[in-house]
Amino acid sequence: MSRSAVVVAIILTAALFAPWLAPYGEAQFVGGVWDPPSVRHLLGTDNLGRDMLTRLIFGARNTVSIAGLATTLAVGLGVALGFLAAALGGWVDALVSRGVEILLSIPVLISALMVLAALGNSLAVLIATIGLLESTRVYTIARAIARTIVVREFVAAARLRGEGLVWVLAREILPNALPALAAETGLRFSFIFLFIASLSFLGLGIQPPAADWGSMVRENAPAINFGLIAPLYPATAIALLTIGVNRLVDRYLAAESRPGAA
Amino acid sequence: MSAAGATAGPVLRIEGLSVHSAGGVALVEDVSFELARGEVLGLIGESGAGKSTIGLAALGFARGGCRITAGRILLGGTDLRLLDAEGLRRVRGRRAAYVAQSAAAAFDPAMRLIDQICEGPIRHGLMSRRAAEERAIADFRALDLPDPATFGQRYAHQVSGGQLQRAMAVMAMACGPELLVLDEPTTALDVTTQIEVLAHLKKLIAGSGTAALYISHDLAVVAQIADRLLVLRHGKPVETGSTADLLTRPQTAYARALVAERAGVALAATASAAAPSAATPVAAASPAAVLEVRGLGVHYGRQAAVSDASFTLAPGETLAVIGESGSGKTSLGYAVCGLVPARTGSVSLAGVELAADYAQRSREQLRRLQLVFQLPDVALNPRQTIAAIVGRPVQFYFGMRGQALASRTSELLGLVGLDPAIAGRRPGELSGGQKQRVCIARALAAEPDVLVCDEVTAALDPLIAEEILQLQRRLQERLGLAYLFITHDLATVRRIAHRVLVLWRGRIVAQGATAEILAERRHPYVAKLCAAEPEMRPGWLEEALARRAGTEPSNEFQSAGGN
Amino acid sequence: MRGLIAARVGMGFLTLAVISALLFFATDCLPGDVAAALLGPQATPEALATIRASLRLGEPAGLRYVHWLAAVLHGDFGRSLATGRSVVAMLRPRFQNTLALAGLAAIVAVPLALGLGVAAAMRAGGRLDRAVSTLCLLTISVPEFFIGYLLILLFSVQLGWLPSLAVLHGGMSLAQRLGAITLPTITLVLVVLAHMVRMTRAAILSVMSAPYIEMALLKGLTRGSLVLRHALPNAAAPIIAVVALNLGYLVVGVVVVEVVFVYPGAGQLMVDAVGKRDLPLVQACGLAFAATYVGLNLVADIVAMLVNPRLRRA
Repeated sequence: MSRSAVVVAIILTAALFAPWLAPYGEAQFVGGVWDPPSVRHLLGTDNLGRDMLTRLIFGARNTVSIAGLATTLAVGLGVALGFLAAALGGWVDALVSRGVEILLSIPVLISALMVLAALGNSLAVLIATIGLLESTRVYTIARAIARTIVVREFVAAARLRGEGLVWVLAREILPNALPALAAETGLRFSFIFLFIASLSFLGLGIQPPAADWGSMVRENAPAINFGLIAPLYPATAIALLTIGVNRLVDRYLAAESRPGAA
Repeated sequence: MSAAGATAGPVLRIEGLSVHSAGGVALVEDVSFELARGEVLGLIGESGAGKSTIGLAALGFARGGCRITAGRILLGGTDLRLLDAEGLRRVRGRRAAYVAQSAAAAFDPAMRLIDQICEGPIRHGLMSRRAAEERAIADFRALDLPDPATFGQRYAHQVSGGQLQRAMAVMAMACGPELLVLDEPTTALDVTTQIEVLAHLKKLIAGSGTAALYISHDLAVVAQIADRLLVLRHGKPVETGSTADLLTRPQTAYARALVAERAGVALAATASAAAPSAATPVAAASPAAVLEVRGLGVHYGRQAAVSDASFTLAPGETLAVIGESGSGKTSLGYAVCGLVPARTGSVSLAGVELAADYAQRSREQLRRLQLVFQLPDVALNPRQTIAAIVGRPVQFYFGMRGQALASRTSELLGLVGLDPAIAGRRPGELSGGQKQRVCIARALAAEPDVLVCDEVTAALDPLIAEEILQLQRRLQERLGLAYLFITHDLATVRRIAHRVLVLWRGRIVAQGATAEILAERRHPYVAKLCAAEPEMRPGWLEEALARRAGTEPSNEFQSAGGN
Repeated sequence: MRGLIAARVGMGFLTLAVISALLFFATDCLPGDVAAALLGPQATPEALATIRASLRLGEPAGLRYVHWLAAVLHGDFGRSLATGRSVVAMLRPRFQNTLALAGLAAIVAVPLALGLGVAAAMRAGGRLDRAVSTLCLLTISVPEFFIGYLLILLFSVQLGWLPSLAVLHGGMSLAQRLGAITLPTITLVLVVLAHMVRMTRAAILSVMSAPYIEMALLKGLTRGSLVLRHALPNAAAPIIAVVALNLGYLVVGVVVVEVVFVYPGAGQLMVDAVGKRDLPLVQACGLAFAATYVGLNLVADIVAMLVNPRLRRA
């Protein structure tokens, strides 16, 4: 297994089995502020005296699961709408694409900030907002991919047979779109993950005392001024996950485009 | 006259050339030939024969990761393989020039034509900008391009295919090279355009005394312009000789097959494979038409692609629809299938009128009218197995499953001459001919009455295409199928159609029994079409042009492809 | 041609109008009682009534939007709910600071990115290309604040060369201003550089694989001629698109960078406003950012139209 795969696997394991892997409780106070690494606290403590490693592990669970849910929503919605627009064409395509274009013309952060200001930042709002906003990006890609497939004659052959729309989308278009969609899902996950971390860093995402890598950076930021690297632990964790996912996607794409792949 | 005539020996001499792909596959193996000053050598072969590879090697170039691995390439005495990058650069364009297959792709879309044409001589330090421009304009005039003085000011997308091809020839000759490599320059053009461009190319080459390599898969075209021929197969030379010799007395079996195919004589030759118009048409037996089209009109926006088309098709009959690009033949076929809804007129299947849009036709109606597409690569879903592709219609229309489905699928594959064992494979693993057979099998799986074939042999090599045509005739005899056969190739029409209808700019200009229509040539366009079909004997080109000059005005019957 | 440009500009205005409506309704249509949410459970009935009146909560949403839009077109964005000051007065100096920071970053990043992108594409697969690709991948994958804090750690704390907080106040000399703004600018540049280099490289490679480039090679042109006369003019349109897209990234990245360095810009202002749910301020900031983004895309589209010969002669 490549290094990226190992890193991603470790983080996902931490996310899945957090309560069993973490040495301490998520919000448990165990020591002084910003204690240096020791045998009892492998990465030291954070700004409130909680074990850094524990917080990182629980942070993995929280951030990854929120990002995962938002990604699922974004990809599901984006692919469904994108395929429908490509397959149906005409006014359906024009209408939805116009709407998406307008949404796309506002930077995601700004849109998200606006909605969060209005609706508050409960987890449901967070997931729904990010999922919906990012689905516009997925929509654009999914529609573009579907359009290149839809014009290929085997789709016309299926339609001429009398196959229904759902069959055509699921059995003719989707299998041919999978490689590109898989890559897009991976990339989308890393964008969304970074985005949630950024929102939390700004204080608008996952709220304390829940552990979350983004807000951990914000909470521990003052340590920098004392030359302590506390905020770099969660920041590095974020970086490792996104780099890992991006590299896995790159390798997957390289393998898919080698001649001999179907 | 500007060909460098410094050497008395051959302009080009290739010895033992071998080219390998990045993966180690031999694209060209041990090819040797010579080319004297002013001579034209035709490189003939099917796709994959290595012709383009050899053509590019004559300029010391190998495409995309391929490498020239062995041999000597002597251009006027200089071995190109011994030159460094700068040396090669100086040879290319200057002493050896290349004319690509697709002019539209070879021209920079963001630059005016004249700038690109003059670029070569200027960069090679041969002449000033003014001199280069004047020479280019003179060449435009010689090749009958419209408004020679201002033609060069246009961009590539503003000019028709035939004109662009001639512009590319001018660009290639701009530096006065010793060698010209022409890579299928007329393949992408309409038949009636092709004849003009071919004539111009011949004039250009003869006038400058340049040696030329003419690459093509069409023996009849090459026969018009080449002095000698070299037949290639799978990267190896098969036979070589003067054009006249090779066409009349081919020595090897493969060369014989190529010549025979083009001459219209059937291959595994028997009387039953002879043109159906000679035999009693099956159509006469059953009078009721299986397909009836009345006043069909197809529009894209305000543009009419097909106007007022009416014809009938009897069971067991083949009706060919022939026309050039822009004639509306594909639109007609699609409208019959309902893929493009017709705006006016009607289509009736066995007496029952069909809805204009396929989405409104019943499943049974869809089953009885099947469509086979031109390009087998895109007509098959690369992610499905052959079994799934051929089996789906059986499952969909007849509800068969399990063992019954599997055996019916094998039966269908056998019917089209394929080994049932390929059922587990995917389209990517099959050859072009095999894929087209799968497409036909898929269509047959529905047990249709009518098969609409949209240029099904156009993308295939001539020998493979011949096999497909024979397959279709056999199936017709066996199953009583009716074909609506869309094509642009007269030779195909002669081989397989009982009746033919000729489309020009969306209208049917002639309709009737094949032999009659093609022999009588009453309508001027039909006459022009027949006259433009290249025959294999040398000298045909000059005759055809003479005939044309004699029978003008033909302006109103210029093909939509333009000149 | 003029018609096409006019159409595009018109589309831009239409987009802006729709965005303003979206922004307004997104922030103004709240479930439950805005006034109570803002003032908390201890609010007196009089205070609630006052807030409701000032926010025109009694009127239907459509009418509220029209009033708001009318005011906006007169340059009046209302008053901040938190400070009571005019929103425009609060926003203007901050937005100027943001534009200064983003502009400086753009001036540094764009030429650098184009140069690196072209160089990497020309020697595709070589050492420079691989090094650049790896660096880009890393930079894209990490959050902006990571880069920010890393730089602070390195240059501020360890080396003491630059201040960690970008505090600006009147009376600072230009040199001092530049010093304060250096780290945020470098952070922003790094954020945007990676995206732009990757995209430029991809655009150039795509153009280089076109058939007319092979044809130019077969005509015996030098590599330099080929790139300058054939590749770059055709790559111009996609590269412009890349630059525009990334200027958009800047608009987003600047928000986080401002927070990291406590830079007094519009991004910092908006984040605070969102936290306090100061709606008028949030709407104004959102509209300002969105308008900038739309404007940049509009310019990019028009330049692309001007560069494309197919459209030029239309």
